[in-house]
Amino acid sequence: MSSVRDILSRLGGIPVGFATVFKTFFRKPVTVQYPEKQKPMSARFRGRHHLKRYDDGLEKCIGCALCAAACPSDAIYVEAAENNNDKRFSPGERYAKTYEINMLRCIFCGYCEDACPTNAIILEPIEFPTGYTREGMIYTKDKLLEPAPAGVQGTPQATPAGKFERAILPFPPIDVSV
Amino acid sequence: MADLINLTIDGIPVAVPRGMVIVDAAKKIDNDIPVFCYHPKLKPVGMCRMCLVDVGTPKIDPATKQVVRTEDGKPVIAWMPKLQTACTTPVSEGMAVRTNTKQVLDARNNVLEFLLTSHPLDCPICDKGGECPLQNLTLAHGPGLSRFEYEAKQHNAKHVPLGDLIFLDRERCIQCSRCIRFQDDVADDHVLQFHDRGRHMEIVTFSDPPFDSYFGGNTTDICPVGALTTADFRFKARPWELDSTPSVCTHCPVGCNISLNTRLETRTGGHEIKRVMPRQNEQVNEIWTCDKGRFVHHFTRAEDRLTHPLVRDARGKLVESTWEAALQLVADKARGARVSGVIGDRIANEDAHLFGSLFSDVLKDGAVAMSPAIPAAYADIARAYGVGKDTDFKQLGKGDTILVVNGDLEESAPVWFLRLRQAVVDRGAKLVIAHDRSSKMHRYASRIVTYELGMAAHWASEQTTELSAELKSARNVLIVFGDEKLSAEGARSLARSLANILIESGHAGKANSGLLPLYPHANTQGVFDMLPATTVTTGKVDVAWLVGVGNAADVPQADFTVVQELFLTDIANNADVVLPALSFAERDGSFTSGDRRVQRFYRALPGLGQGKPDWWIIQEVAKRLGATWQYHGTSEVFAQMAQHNPYYAGLSYETLSQAEPQWPPVGRADLYYGGTAYDNSGGIGSRYAAPAEQSGFNSSLEPVVAPPVDMEALQHLPHTLYQDGELIRRSKVLSGHVRAQRKEAETA
Ligand code: SF4
Ligand code: SF4
Ligand code: SF4
Ligand code: SF4
Ligand code: FES
Repeated sequence: MSSVRDILSRLGGIPVGFATVFKTFFRKPVTVQYPEKQKPMSARFRGRHHLKRYDDGLEKCIGCALCAAACPSDAIYVEAAENNNDKRFSPGERYAKTYEINMLRCIFCGYCEDACPTNAIILEPIEFPTGYTREGMIYTKDKLLEPAPAGVQGTPQATPAGKFERAILPFPPIDVSV
Repeated sequence: MADLINLTIDGIPVAVPRGMVIVDAAKKIDNDIPVFCYHPKLKPVGMCRMCLVDVGTPKIDPATKQVVRTEDGKPVIAWMPKLQTACTTPVSEGMAVRTNTKQVLDARNNVLEFLLTSHPLDCPICDKGGECPLQNLTLAHGPGLSRFEYEAKQHNAKHVPLGDLIFLDRERCIQCSRCIRFQDDVADDHVLQFHDRGRHMEIVTFSDPPFDSYFGGNTTDICPVGALTTADFRFKARPWELDSTPSVCTHCPVGCNISLNTRLETRTGGHEIKRVMPRQNEQVNEIWTCDKGRFVHHFTRAEDRLTHPLVRDARGKLVESTWEAALQLVADKARGARVSGVIGDRIANEDAHLFGSLFSDVLKDGAVAMSPAIPAAYADIARAYGVGKDTDFKQLGKGDTILVVNGDLEESAPVWFLRLRQAVVDRGAKLVIAHDRSSKMHRYASRIVTYELGMAAHWASEQTTELSAELKSARNVLIVFGDEKLSAEGARSLARSLANILIESGHAGKANSGLLPLYPHANTQGVFDMLPATTVTTGKVDVAWLVGVGNAADVPQADFTVVQELFLTDIANNADVVLPALSFAERDGSFTSGDRRVQRFYRALPGLGQGKPDWWIIQEVAKRLGATWQYHGTSEVFAQMAQHNPYYAGLSYETLSQAEPQWPPVGRADLYYGGTAYDNSGGIGSRYAAPAEQSGFNSSLEPVVAPPVDMEALQHLPHTLYQDGELIRRSKVLSGHVRAQRKEAETA
C-alpha cells in the first residue's frame, strides 16, 4: 500500500529541488553578467587603485612609500627618483619612478589611501582587478596612473623654474573672517 | 677613576668623571635628555636650547661655608632660577638635576614649536624621515599644531648642492652647527660656515671646489634633520625599508666598521646596496668613515660583473663555460706543473689561507706571492714591531710622540688621520713628520723633516741613533710609515730602521707604541699572514693563478693563466680561464687591518650569477688535485687556520663577533644623541699580539744599509684616496673626484 507521501519520500528531494528551480526560473536574477554588465557601486567602495593627477597633468604621487609602509599585506613597491624642471613628473623634488601593487596580495583595506599625504592613491569602485596570470596581477605604474585630463600634457613635463618646488602644500587657510 | 662626581638626576644617584656634562651623565643611567646641537664627539656650544633642565646645587651657608642640611641630614638644594642647558653644564658634587618638571617639559615643547615655525612639511619625501631626531622629538615633546601663520613661514632653497656629494635643503636646517663643527674640529676641512643672522642664517660652503673634504658624508649622519643628504642615497629608499648587515670597509688599512644597507631593486631584480653607514667601533673608526668607504659600493652590482666561468676556446675567444669544465681544466693544467700563484690584498683571510695551503700542501712545484709586492717585503717587520695589542689611539696624548714617515695619512688611511690628528691637536701628542712633500698632517707637526724624493730609507737609516735618543723620553712612540717612492728593498730597509728606532728608544712591543704601516688595502696584513714563505719562481712558469690581482706588473709569465675576478679586467681578458668571484658584500669572511685587528664581515647580498666565493673555487680545484678538504664555510676555514697560524691562535668567529657596550652609545632609539651611525652588534674584532710583545722574542737591532734610490720606484705615483681603479671607477657619484685626481697625478 503506497500513499502519495510514500512515493514522494521515495523520490527523495528531487521534486523539492525541481520546485525550487521552477520557482526561481521565472524570477529576475540578482547576479549580473560581469564584466559585460556592472552594478552601480557605493561611491566609497574600495575597488581597484588609481594613481591620481592634478588638473595640470602632474602626478600627485611623490614616491614617499608611506602607502607601502602602511600596507598590511606588503603589496606595494615604490622606487623614487628626483624631478627636475626639464623632466617633471610631480610637484616637488621626488616622484615615483617605479610603483607596483600586487593585486593578489592586496586585501583592499584602503590603508594606502589613508597613509598617502597627497591623496595620490585612491581605491575606486570601478574596474576590478582580474587576470589569468600572476604576473598580470602585478599592476605597474602605467596601469595604475590615470590618464592626463583632456587637453593637458601628461608626464614628464617641462616646467618653469621655481613653480613646483614643494611636494606638499598646506591646506588652504581657513577663512575665519566674520 | 678616582675623580668621580656624585649627583642625582631625577632623584637617582649617579657617579661620573669630573668634567662630564649633564647630558652624558644622564645617559649613563639611560635618561635621554633631548638634544639637537650637542653631539658626544663634538665640543658643546649650547645653541639650540633643546636640552634645558632644572639644575640645583647644595646650598652653602655664607657664614659657615658649610652645606645647609635639613633636619634629617639631607642637603638643601638651591635651584637655579632659570633652566640650564644640560649640554654645557658640567656636573658638580652634590648637584641635583630634574628633567621631568612641568617647566622642563614646557621648555622642550616651546623650543620645538620655534624650530618648526619655518620647517617644511617634508617628512614624506625627506631622506631623514623615519630616523629623524626632529621628527622623533616632535612626536615625543612637541606641539601637535602650529600657531604660526603659513604666510609668515620662510621659504628657502631646497636643492642646494654643497659640492657633488652632499646636498643641502635650506628649509630643513635648524642651525645646530653640527656639520660646521665636525668639519672644523674633527676633519679640519674648514669648508662650511654660517652666513647671515637670525632667521636668515644659512649654511654655506666657500671652498673651491665646494665642500672639499674626504669626510663630508659624516655630516649627513650627525645632521639632526634631513638638511644634509648624500647625492648617492638621495631618494633611494626610506630608512625603514633597509636591511642592515655588519661589514668591514675594504679600501684602506684602517678597516672601518660599516653597515651595508640593502633593499630590493627593480633594476637588478634583487637586492642592492643602497647606502653604506658607519658602524660604531671606538677602537677603529669611532662613528666615522671616509667618503670612499661610503660611496665605492656600486661595483657590487655593476652591470659588467662576471656571472659565468669563461674559458678560452680553440679560436682564442673567451666563452662561457660551466664550473665543472672550468675547474677540471684548471686542475688538469695545474697537476704536476710549475705553478705561480698571486693573490691580491683585498682578498679575505680565509681565501688567502686556502690559497697558501694549496701551494704548501697540494701543489708539488709552486710558489705563492702577494700583490702588490712592495708591502710583502716589509709586512713581517710591520707585524713584529706593530702597535701593541692593547693600543688605544684615544690614550695617545701629552707626552707621546707620533712619527709619520714617508706617507700621507689622510690619503692612505683617512680615519687614522682623524684619530691621530685628535691625539695631536686635542690631547697634545707631539707630531714629527718626515716626508718628501707636504701633506695635510703637516699642519700639526711640531717638527718637519723634508728629504729628497725617494730618500726615505736613507734618511731613516742615518737618523736612527739621533731619533732614538730623542724618543727615549717619550711616553709612547707611534711610528706611521708608508712606502711611497721606494722599491721593495728600500721599503724594507725603511721599516727595519724604524723598528730599530723603537728598540733603541725602548718602545718595542708596548701598548700604544709601535709601527703603523700605511698599507694599500684592507687586508694586506691578513693576506701576508696567511701565505707560506715560498721562494718566488722567476722566469716563465706553466700556470699562473691570479686571485684578485689588480697590478699588471705582478702577473707572472706563464703558458696558461687562471684568473679569479669580479670583472673582465685587462688581466682577466688575457687569461685562459676566468672564474667569477663574489664581492665582499656577497659572502662572509674576515680581514686583518693594518694595526692587526682581525674583523669579521657578513653576507649582505645574494651572489651574482654563478659567482662563487674565492675560498670555494680554491677548494674545488684542490679537491680535484687530490686534497681531502671538506670546508663548508668560512668559519671552518678560519678555525683550521687559527689552529696552525701562531698569530691567530685563540681567535675564532665567536670571539671576533663579540661586541661590548661602547661609549658614547650611538645608533639606538635616540638618534638625536649620536646620529645615525649604527650600533655595533656584529663584533668589534680582536687585535692579535705583536711578536715583539711576546716573551722570548728577540728584539735586537739589525744594522741597515739603505739601498740606492730606485729610479723605477720614483715613477710610482703617491697613493691618493680617489685614485683610479677597477672598483672606484664603477661608482658614478665619485667620477668627478677620480678624474680630478687622475689629472692632478698626470700633471704632477
Ligand atoms: S588596499 Fe590595503 S592591502 Fe591593498 S595595497 Fe592598499 S594598503 Fe595594501
Ligand atoms: S601613493 Fe601616496 S603614499 Fe604612496 S608613494 Fe605615492 S605619494 Fe606616497
Ligand atoms: S628633517 Fe625631519 S622633520 Fe624635517 S622634513 Fe625631514 S624628516 Fe621631517
Ligand atoms: S645642516 Fe644639519 S648639521 Fe648643519 S647646521 Fe643645519 S641642521 Fe645642523
Ligand atoms: S643647547 Fe644643549 S643640545 Fe643644543
